[in-house]
Amino acid sequence: MTQNFRLESGGLINRSKKISFKFNGKNYFGYEGDTLASALIANGVHLIGRSFKYHRPRGFFGAGVDEPYAIVQLYRNGETEPNIKATEQELFEGLEAKSVNCWPSVNFDVGAINNFLKIFLPAGFYYKTFMWPKSFWYKIYEPFIRKAAGLGTASIKHDKERYEHKYEYCDLLITGSGPSGLASAYSAAKNGAKVILAEDKSRFGGTLLTSDVNIGNQSGKEWADSIVSELKEMSNVTIKNRSQVFGYYDHNMLVMSERISDHLPKTKKYHPKQKLWYIRAKEVLISSGSIERPIVFGNNDTPGVMLSSAAKEYMKVYGVLVGKKPLVFTNNDSGYETAIEFKKNGINPIILDTRKEPRSEIIDEAKNMNINIKNSYVVVAAQGYKKVKSADIAKISDDKEKLGSIENIDCDCICVSGFWTPTIHLASQSGNKTKFKEEIDAFVPGISKQNEKTLGAANGIFTLEETLKDSFEQGNRLSKKITNNDNKVSFPNVVEKKSAVHDKFWCVPLPKGKNYKRFLDFQNDVAVSDIEIALKEGYRSIEHVKRYTTLGMATDQGKTSNLNGLQLVSKIENKVVPAVGHTTFRPPYTPVSIGAIVGREVGKHSKPTRKSPMHSWHEKNNAVFVDAGVWLRPRYYKRGDENLFEASKREAKNVRTNVGVCDVTTLGKIDIKGPDAAELLNRVYTNAWLKLPVGKARYGVMLREDGIVMDDGTTTRISENHYHMTTTTAQAANVLSHLEYYLQLVWPELNVNVVSTTEQWAGAAIAGPKSRDVLKKLFPKSDVTNEGLPFMGYIEGDLFGVKAKIFRISFSGELAYEVNVESDYGYYMWEKIIEIGEEFGIQPYGTEALSTLRIEMGHVAGSELDGRTIPYDNSLEGLLSKKKDFIGKRSLTRKAFAAEDRQKIVGVVPLDKKTSIPEGSHLVKDSNAPLPNPKLGYISASCWSVEHDNPFSLAILKDGKNMIGKKLFVMSPLKNKVIPVEIVSSHYVDPKGERVRS
Amino acid sequence: MLYIKCPHCGMRSQNEFSYGGDATIKRPELGKEISDQDWDNFVYNRKSLRGKHWELWQHISGCRQWIKVERDTATHEIFNTLKANEEISL
Repeated sequence: MTQNFRLESGGLINRSKKISFKFNGKNYFGYEGDTLASALIANGVHLIGRSFKYHRPRGFFGAGVDEPYAIVQLYRNGETEPNIKATEQELFEGLEAKSVNCWPSVNFDVGAINNFLKIFLPAGFYYKTFMWPKSFWYKIYEPFIRKAAGLGTASIKHDKERYEHKYEYCDLLITGSGPSGLASAYSAAKNGAKVILAEDKSRFGGTLLTSDVNIGNQSGKEWADSIVSELKEMSNVTIKNRSQVFGYYDHNMLVMSERISDHLPKTKKYHPKQKLWYIRAKEVLISSGSIERPIVFGNNDTPGVMLSSAAKEYMKVYGVLVGKKPLVFTNNDSGYETAIEFKKNGINPIILDTRKEPRSEIIDEAKNMNINIKNSYVVVAAQGYKKVKSADIAKISDDKEKLGSIENIDCDCICVSGFWTPTIHLASQSGNKTKFKEEIDAFVPGISKQNEKTLGAANGIFTLEETLKDSFEQGNRLSKKITNNDNKVSFPNVVEKKSAVHDKFWCVPLPKGKNYKRFLDFQNDVAVSDIEIALKEGYRSIEHVKRYTTLGMATDQGKTSNLNGLQLVSKIENKVVPAVGHTTFRPPYTPVSIGAIVGREVGKHSKPTRKSPMHSWHEKNNAVFVDAGVWLRPRYYKRGDENLFEASKREAKNVRTNVGVCDVTTLGKIDIKGPDAAELLNRVYTNAWLKLPVGKARYGVMLREDGIVMDDGTTTRISENHYHMTTTTAQAANVLSHLEYYLQLVWPELNVNVVSTTEQWAGAAIAGPKSRDVLKKLFPKSDVTNEGLPFMGYIEGDLFGVKAKIFRISFSGELAYEVNVESDYGYYMWEKIIEIGEEFGIQPYGTEALSTLRIEMGHVAGSELDGRTIPYDNSLEGLLSKKKDFIGKRSLTRKAFAAEDRQKIVGVVPLDKKTSIPEGSHLVKDSNAPLPNPKLGYISASCWSVEHDNPFSLAILKDGKNMIGKKLFVMSPLKNKVIPVEIVSSHYVDPKGERVRS
Repeated sequence: MLYIKCPHCGMRSQNEFSYGGDATIKRPELGKEISDQDWDNFVYNRKSLRGKHWELWQHISGCRQWIKVERDTATHEIFNTLKANEEISL
């Protein structure tokens, strides 16, 4: 394969290292240092894809981040990635890429029929057309549109690459390593400031790599290289290539994505693919440069039409010709630089300049080189389908309204320059109020809101000397403020050619009788005619025009289309551009891979997994685990072929008849100490706490200030000024914050300290009629009789050498104890309990059996304390002290909370005693009532009662107090079930609570 | 992401904190008679101010102290931060 468009020499590529790659199944080669784009152009490939809407052929338009066309599907190391810009993707050995948005191939694309139907696909086409009939949307329209549109396919496989996040702090963050970035970084670094310099491309230097200038008797590139190598040596400087600062957030925080491995065939072992940097900078210098603006003309999207600066970059950086018969179409001097570069490489360009009689050094140089220059000329339309073959050109009148007679000239590329647009995205994201700069027809940053300053071309300064002067000075000034050093850098001698003013011309009128598509937004196929329709249909705000036509909404975010769109709207509306205003710039500046945003927080790393000290025992004993918040808890212990239902029934039954043991380590535990501890408890709990004796536990309910139940649990008085509070697993963190809030802000006079001890204690609940027998053997030295350790009693015991806390509390409703030991002894405790309990038939039980036991006992838990219920609703009104005030008490006097027919917890049993009741079902009076059927309540929790051997549920039911004995229906439209039920007491087992006291 | 000066720990990123609402609300004294209107104002009624606003934050992933932060709700500018026991001067 020969590279017909590669220059004999020149460029910054490494010609000694060939790299082979595949595009659309065909083999090509390029050189180290190429991008996929430059390598394809060198091979004469200009047809890259098809456009979004009309499926028109697409080639290359730019040479970097501004590229709207050349989007490919990339295959690397067995993985695939969509939305890769060929102009940014560096070539690596074995790279494979394919065209997107075309079928069956880029050369013959069936969707291209849209191009001939384009008259039927105007702005808002999808909104207007696919409305009726409604049922067609899901089945026909949407799948069809999805197949036809889109820029590639996301992989559905798990991304095995590693992505990392990094938090960094610096004095100055400088975004872009062109002349302004290098100069400001250099002077700031000399002052000893901590500097981060970020460059999006692989090479540092920005426009210095391609412009014909001299700085301090060196070429621009030599100067850039020397500054970069000096910066790299400085310990206070971090200099990063392939790193795009894409977002400017509050309080001077910026986010940068560093592409560490994307340019390699395979990510190195232990290396991330990409790294996301969260950078908090004291000062930010935005040196992001500018992007060349296209001029709008007929068929200006034909492959071979591209930005003149890109053509120059391909020659100077990659040694590649974008064409051999180039036409340069320009309204300013930049086009001349490109033409001169062509000429230097033995190619004869033709310049069409919209200006009548421009004079400048650059123009003189072009003239001296005998370049064919046509003044007051424009390209009316590009001709050719898959590649430019010729151009229709014409003279244009001085008022730019009338075209002369049309001539057709041969060319194979059209290099366009419509002047420059400062890249103000970051400044705008920071909150900077941008202003319109008349001389350059573009917006530039105005008044800063955060500590940000924009330099050079990004600030609308297009001469090198002025840029460098300003940048050296700003770098020095801002760093001096931080470090108090003032090491002035001597200003180098700058040689550059002066430019003539540009022509404020941006759109070629249509010749009579022709209706060429003139594109504004190349990625979303938005043409001049689309904007005209939108305005005709009454859209006025630029934000609405944008959304209706999708102008600037593609992945390139209108980098090349934004200003021309504004110019058009302002022209039609007869307003000045600043009056139209620009749309909001939002991060990210360029697409960022989801992997980089997620970082290491994937799978099990997305949140911590908390395991109890007994976890490995559970694993060894066939526990099936369930996520309880971030905890992993045994749901049941599988024996043989048992399923969840059978196992949990066995475990629960065993608690009711023998004894079971449950891992309750996950319960929240808060240690409370201080002389005012009792007073604190008395204020946060609804019941009385001042007289709780040492060695006793009490059940308590705490409310929010609005009267809603927040949490429940037992708190034990360990010693005079020391309490041990337990909370539910889910509310542990909230309860601690709640207590801290009142102690720090509301009642700072209380002398109390609270601290979480959840992870310090391992807990085992031993429950069942034989639990005391187990306890006796577990603590032979302690008195655990009903008298020695009564219900709600607390003692400390010696568990074969380990200090243990023994609480006689019960969630299951059986005679039960909870034993706590320091976490490190949890496993030891558990094994001892199992060993000693064996003769009494002990079995471990999981959360499913735990739920069954508490449901049939009518004990409330998270599904009843769901943030919508007050104590009365849960039949906890007996715990409301009348003698004292507590948090939330005043709210309970609200009318709705005191209503006679208020919702209340009840039990629900199916009449057939067989059909299980889905949780979340509704309770209704009449199952055949017309919709909406009035809802009386809902099922909060369901189980299979092991005591009665039939289904049993808890429900929160309107006027529950008076509903006992009534017959209602449970309806679950989701499960398509209607179940006749009877309402019973929520205490389905041992309603008098005798067992816990036995 | 906001950058908040914890009076105990110094400058810390927002993700170490949790938001706690209006700092100027005073809880009525326990056991004191209070009208429905005053109680509603304490529990529910909040102004959604645009501009300077004293609010509570808790440094949950740091010192766990509740602090008072004077912030502009529109611009996110933070003017001042105080310890829980320091009085706001309005």
